[in-house]
Amino acid sequence: MIPAGFEYHRPADIASALSLLQTHGDEARVIAGGHSLIPMMKLRMADLSHLIDLQDIEGLKGITISADTVTIGAMTTQNELITNDELSRRIPILREAALLIADPQVRYVGTVGGNVANGDPGNDMPGLMQCLGAVYTMEGPDGSRAVAARDFYEAAYFTAREDEEILTQITIPAPSMSGFAYEKQKRKIGDYATAAAAVMVGGGNASVAMTNLSDTPIYSAEASDALAKGDVDGCVAAALDAIDPQEDMRGPIAFKKHVAEVILRRAIAKAQERAA
Amino acid sequence: MSKMHVKLNVNGQEVEGLAEPRTLLIHFLRENLNITGPHIGCETSHCGACTVDLNGKSVKSCTVFVAQANGSDVTTVEGLTNDDGSLGVIQEMFREHHGLQCGFCTPGMITRAHRLLQEKPNPTEEEVRFGMAGNLCRCTGYQNIVKAILASADMMNAQKEAAE
Repeated sequence: MIPAGFEYHRPADIASALSLLQTHGDEARVIAGGHSLIPMMKLRMADLSHLIDLQDIEGLKGITISADTVTIGAMTTQNELITNDELSRRIPILREAALLIADPQVRYVGTVGGNVANGDPGNDMPGLMQCLGAVYTMEGPDGSRAVAARDFYEAAYFTAREDEEILTQITIPAPSMSGFAYEKQKRKIGDYATAAAAVMVGGGNASVAMTNLSDTPIYSAEASDALAKGDVDGCVAAALDAIDPQEDMRGPIAFKKHVAEVILRRAIAKAQERAA
Repeated sequence: MSKMHVKLNVNGQEVEGLAEPRTLLIHFLRENLNITGPHIGCETSHCGACTVDLNGKSVKSCTVFVAQANGSDVTTVEGLTNDDGSLGVIQEMFREHHGLQCGFCTPGMITRAHRLLQEKPNPTEEEVRFGMAGNLCRCTGYQNIVKAILASADMMNAQKEAAE
């Protein structure tokens, strides 16, 4: 499995990368870890003639933790996220979720930015970022702009990011809720979720989002409100109402809804226990 | 598409060659450099037979373009022998504990285990199983692979202690 040929670019700064994107239009794609893009290129499902490798752009790396927010550079790998002890202390749900992504080799290379920007409903970080109320920063030819994770996803692989923009960082407000859980049902290590749920709860607040149960991640304000009031059944009913799973090799719709409920109830129970 | 000039440090030796950017690292290693330790199993980043160490990280070399790896340090199973060419600790423990049957997954297993033990010199059995989850073996049922890695950890720690 060898992909079609392309020209390779490795710009040293974001301005050069943006300029390459503008020059080559929709014939160009940026590559971060490449563990979603390269398989698609090998299957000849991703068609491009210019590959722009972001690995040398220092400004896209690193995790900054301040009193109110955590900022994660788009090129931060899942493994860097997992092994950052200060981050795991501040927002432990990030580590809990990242450990459930793919396998060790993929986590060394796969990036948080690629995971959230790709728009694959199977990716775990988008739902988690919606749960956490994260904001994505994108740089484009007209400067930078910010879009909330809850407004970013339009359909499978369609997002608010324009072709000539690069998602550069993720900003997460310090969570006020102490209870957290990311629960994921998968068929085997390395698989995408049959169903996954991100839950934060505590101090009269709650936030609930689900992964791979629609063509976008699903944050539910209704489910969150119900859980904030302690109404677990109401929360589950609202979340199940918000999802729209499709039949695929992971099972028929009824099964996916069943798994969604099991996983969500597990996540809620664990988050509530941790909040107590 | 034109070829690019590729420079790598593989198992401590500077190597170079010409390759199209789309060449996968596994193909460059095997076909251009004749380094055939890393195997092509699934070619879809599932099985881990092609695992190499790239700048201190275990990666599946079927899912890295040689262009991305240009300028990097690569270690393959060939680079994990002792200086005199005899089997390194992990290789020896795989032999002693029958950590292989057909041997196809073994280079990837050993290269991954090398990085795991660099990061976690005293792993629990659970940590070994979690850390090796990106490598598939269709023969052994993993029992002896896990034993071999735990024994490697003990041996490496004993050697380190003896040297101090």
